[in-house]
Amino acid sequence: MCGIIGVIDRNMSLMDGSSIREALSLMDERGSGEGAGYVAYGIYPDHADCYAIHVFFDNLVEPKSSVDEILQDWGHIVHQEEIPTYEQPGLKKEHISWRYFFKPDAELMVGTSNPKDEIVKYVVMRVNSEIEGALIFSSGINLGVFKASGWPEDVANYFRIEDYKGYIWLAHNRYPTNTSGWWGGAHPFNLLDWSVVHNGEITSYGTNRRYVESHGYNCTMFTDTEVVAYLFDLLGREHGLPEDIVVEALAARFWDEIDEMPEKQEKFMRTLRLTYGPALMNGPFAIVVATNKGIVGFTDRIKLRPMVVGENGSRLYISSEEAAIRVMDPDVESIYMPRAGEPVIGRVIE
Amino acid sequence: MSLGSVPLKYKISIDRDQCMKCMRCVDNCSYGVYRIEDDKIIIDSRKCTACHRCISMCPRDAITLQERPVDYRSHPLWTVEAREDVINQARTGKIILAGMGNAVDYPIIFDRLVLDACQVTNPSIDPLREPMELRTYLGKKPSKIEFTRDDKGDIDLKTELTPNLKLDTPLMIGHMSYGAISLNAQLSIAKAAKKSGTFMGTGEGGMHEAIYPYQDHSIVQIASGRFGVNIDYLERGAAIEIKVGQGAKPGIGGHLPGEKVCTDVSCTRMIPLGSDAISPAPHHDIYSIEDLAQLVRSLKEATEWKKPVFVKIAAVHNVAAIAAGIARSDADAVVIDGFKGGTGAAPKVFRDSVGMPIEAAVAAVDQKLNDQGIRNEVSVIASGGIRNSGDLAKSIALGADAVYIGTASLIALGCRVCGNCYRGLCPWGIATQREDLVDRIDPEVGSEHVANLIQGWTLELSELMGAAGLNSIESLRGNRSRLRSYMLDEGLMDVLQVDSVGA
Repeated sequence: MCGIIGVIDRNMSLMDGSSIREALSLMDERGSGEGAGYVAYGIYPDHADCYAIHVFFDNLVEPKSSVDEILQDWGHIVHQEEIPTYEQPGLKKEHISWRYFFKPDAELMVGTSNPKDEIVKYVVMRVNSEIEGALIFSSGINLGVFKASGWPEDVANYFRIEDYKGYIWLAHNRYPTNTSGWWGGAHPFNLLDWSVVHNGEITSYGTNRRYVESHGYNCTMFTDTEVVAYLFDLLGREHGLPEDIVVEALAARFWDEIDEMPEKQEKFMRTLRLTYGPALMNGPFAIVVATNKGIVGFTDRIKLRPMVVGENGSRLYISSEEAAIRVMDPDVESIYMPRAGEPVIGRVIE
Repeated sequence: MSLGSVPLKYKISIDRDQCMKCMRCVDNCSYGVYRIEDDKIIIDSRKCTACHRCISMCPRDAITLQERPVDYRSHPLWTVEAREDVINQARTGKIILAGMGNAVDYPIIFDRLVLDACQVTNPSIDPLREPMELRTYLGKKPSKIEFTRDDKGDIDLKTELTPNLKLDTPLMIGHMSYGAISLNAQLSIAKAAKKSGTFMGTGEGGMHEAIYPYQDHSIVQIASGRFGVNIDYLERGAAIEIKVGQGAKPGIGGHLPGEKVCTDVSCTRMIPLGSDAISPAPHHDIYSIEDLAQLVRSLKEATEWKKPVFVKIAAVHNVAAIAAGIARSDADAVVIDGFKGGTGAAPKVFRDSVGMPIEAAVAAVDQKLNDQGIRNEVSVIASGGIRNSGDLAKSIALGADAVYIGTASLIALGCRVCGNCYRGLCPWGIATQREDLVDRIDPEVGSEHVANLIQGWTLELSELMGAAGLNSIESLRGNRSRLRSYMLDEGLMDVLQVDSVGA
C-alpha cells in the first residue's frame, strides 16, 4: 500500500525535515518498517554548481575506487565525504552512504544538447548496472535523497533530516512486496533533477520498461517506480514536454473523452497518445514527481490509489492521507481530492 | 510393377437403422463419396477428406467417420505419412501439394506461455463497469511530439501524424484472395470486418465489385503477380499491403490453377479466362531492401500519401533484421506471418519444414526494433496460427500491435480444416468457385458468424486485460512481465524475453 507525501513552498522559502518526518510517521499504518525515504531540493547551496551524487557502498574498497575512477574519467570531484549518519536501535546499517559533489566535463560527451546531464546519466546507469557493491541513488544538483530500510522516523533520525533545509520535500513510507528490505528499493527514486515517490503497482511496467530501455535507460533497481523517473526524464527533459503534458501522456485521457474534444485539441491529444502509447502507465498508482522547478502529483486513470491535496499560502501539499497534511500544517486552508489522472502542479515562483 | 493402393485415410459408415435416406449426404458431398445404386446409398470412403459436410448435414446423426481404419506396422521414424509420401512420389515424381497450415507436430509455443492476473496488491478491473480500451492505431508514429504553447495556453501542434488505420479491436482478417476463396466467403468476411470496426485483406486477386461497399474496411494487396492491380484498386483500399512472402510457403510464389479462374475471377484478377495465375517467387522489382523502400514510396505517391502501406513477410530466420530494414522505409507496418499460417495450396515440404513459429518471430522483431529505439514508430502485425483470444493476448504481450486471423475466420464459415483447399471442391463453399458450392454460403449469415467470432475474442481479451489490471491495449503490448513460460527451454525464453513460471 505505501504512504506518500510531498510539499513545495512556491516562494522557495526553506523548511527543515522535522515536520515531514512527523507527517510520514503518522502514516506508519501504510508501511511495514522495511523502507522509508526523503528527498529535499535546495539543501546544498554551497555546492549549487555541482551534481550531488549519493551512493550506497557495500564497502569503501573496490566499489568506491571503481566509482572514483569513473567520476574522475568524466569530470572533476569537487568534494566528497561520508553522509553523516547516527545509529538507530531499530535500523541496521547495510551500506555506507557517501556523497560526491561532481562537475562533469562537458567536452567529453557528444551528440546531445545537454552533455553534463548526459554524462551524469551515463555514470549512474553504468555504476548501477556494472559496479558491484555501489548504487547511485541520487544524482541531481542541489538536492539529495536520504533513504534506508526502516520506519520513517528511524530513517529520518539516522540521516538527521532536520539538519537539511529545502523548499521541496517528498517522502515515502514503504510496504514492500517486490524487493523487501533492500535500501535501493526504498523511495524516493531519483535521476538527475527528477525524484519520484509512488504508491501502487504499475501493471504496464513491462511495456514502460522496454520503452525507456530502447532510449538508453537501464532499469537496475528491480522495482517499477524507477521507470517513472526515467519516463519523466525522457519526456520532460529530452523531449522537452512541460510537466502537465507529461502527465497527459503517462495518464492519458480515455479515447471516449478525446473523441469529444474540439478538433484542435482532439488532434493534439490523439497525436500525444499515439506518440507516447508505450509510456502510458497502467495499474493502481498515486505518484508525486519533483524537479527543482516544482512538483507534480497524479493518479492512475481510474484512481485506484488515494491522493489528497492541501494548500496554505505559498505551500502546496500532496499526500495519501489528509491527516498527514494536517500534521505538517495544522493551519492548512483548502483540502481537496483531485480527479483520476488530473495533474496537480506546484511551480516555484522565480 | 504395381505399388497397389495405400490403406484408406478415413472410413465412413452409415448406421442403416438411423438413416432415413434423405440423400442429403449424397447431395452435399462434392468429393463423390456417396452415390445411389438401387435405392441404396453406396459409400466410397477412399474419396473422403473428413470435411464433415455430410456429418453436419445428416438429420439423424447416422454417419460416423473413422480416421486410419487400417493399421500399419508402427514405427517411430517411418511414420504412416512418411511411407505414404514416398509411395506417392514414387508413383508421380512430383512435388506433393498440401492445403491449410503446417501439419507437423511441432511444440506450440502459445500453449507453453501463461498470462498473468491481479491479486491483492493491485485490483483487477471489471470491463463491464470500467472503461476498457482496445482501440488500436496501425501506422507510423512520431518519435516525439513537438508543439508551441502561447500565453493563453493554446497549443499549436507542429508534429503531423501520417494516416493510421483505426481498429476497434486489435484483430483483423488476413489476406485470402477472391480466387483462392469464393466471393461469398470473401463477402462474408468483408461485411464482418465492417460490422466489427476492423479490416480484412483482399489478398492478391483484385477487388470484386461486390466488395466495394466494404472497401473502407479493406486492405488491398500487391503481390508478385500484381494481379488485379491498378490505380482504382489502390484507391479503394483503406490501406495497401505489399506481400513479399507467406508463412506457409516462405521463399516461393503462388499458383492459382486455371480451373479456378472463372469469368468473374478473370475479370477481377485482370487475366485471361481459364489461365493459370502464377505469382513468381520474388517480386521482380524487389531484389533488395532499397527496391522495397522504392515500391513503398511509389505506392504512397500514387495514392497521395493518404494510405498506410504494410509489408508482409514470412517468418524466416533473419526476420528481425528484415523487419528493421522495412521499418526504416516509409512502410507503416510490418506483417509477420508464422509457419503455422494457412494456405490454399503449398508444397508440403515448405508448409511443414520452412520458416519459424510466429511467437518467436514477433518477439524477435519487437526486440530488434526496441533495441534500435524505433519500436513505437512502426506497427507490427502477427499472423499464422492464432486460434483463440489467448493466442491473441499472448501475441500482443510478445510485441504485436494487432493480429491477422485466417483459418479461424474460415472455420467460422464452416471449414473443418480438411486441408483440400487446392482441389477447388470445398463442400462448404469456401475454397471453390463452383457455383452450386459457393451458393452454400449466405453472406448475411456468414458475416454474422465471423462477426460473432471477433466479438467473442474481443470480449475475452477485455476480460483478460481487466484481470491483469490493464485498461488499455498499449499497456499489454510488449509487456513481457505479464507472461511466463511453462516448460520452454532457456534459449527460447531468451528469444521471447520471458521468465519461467514462478520466477
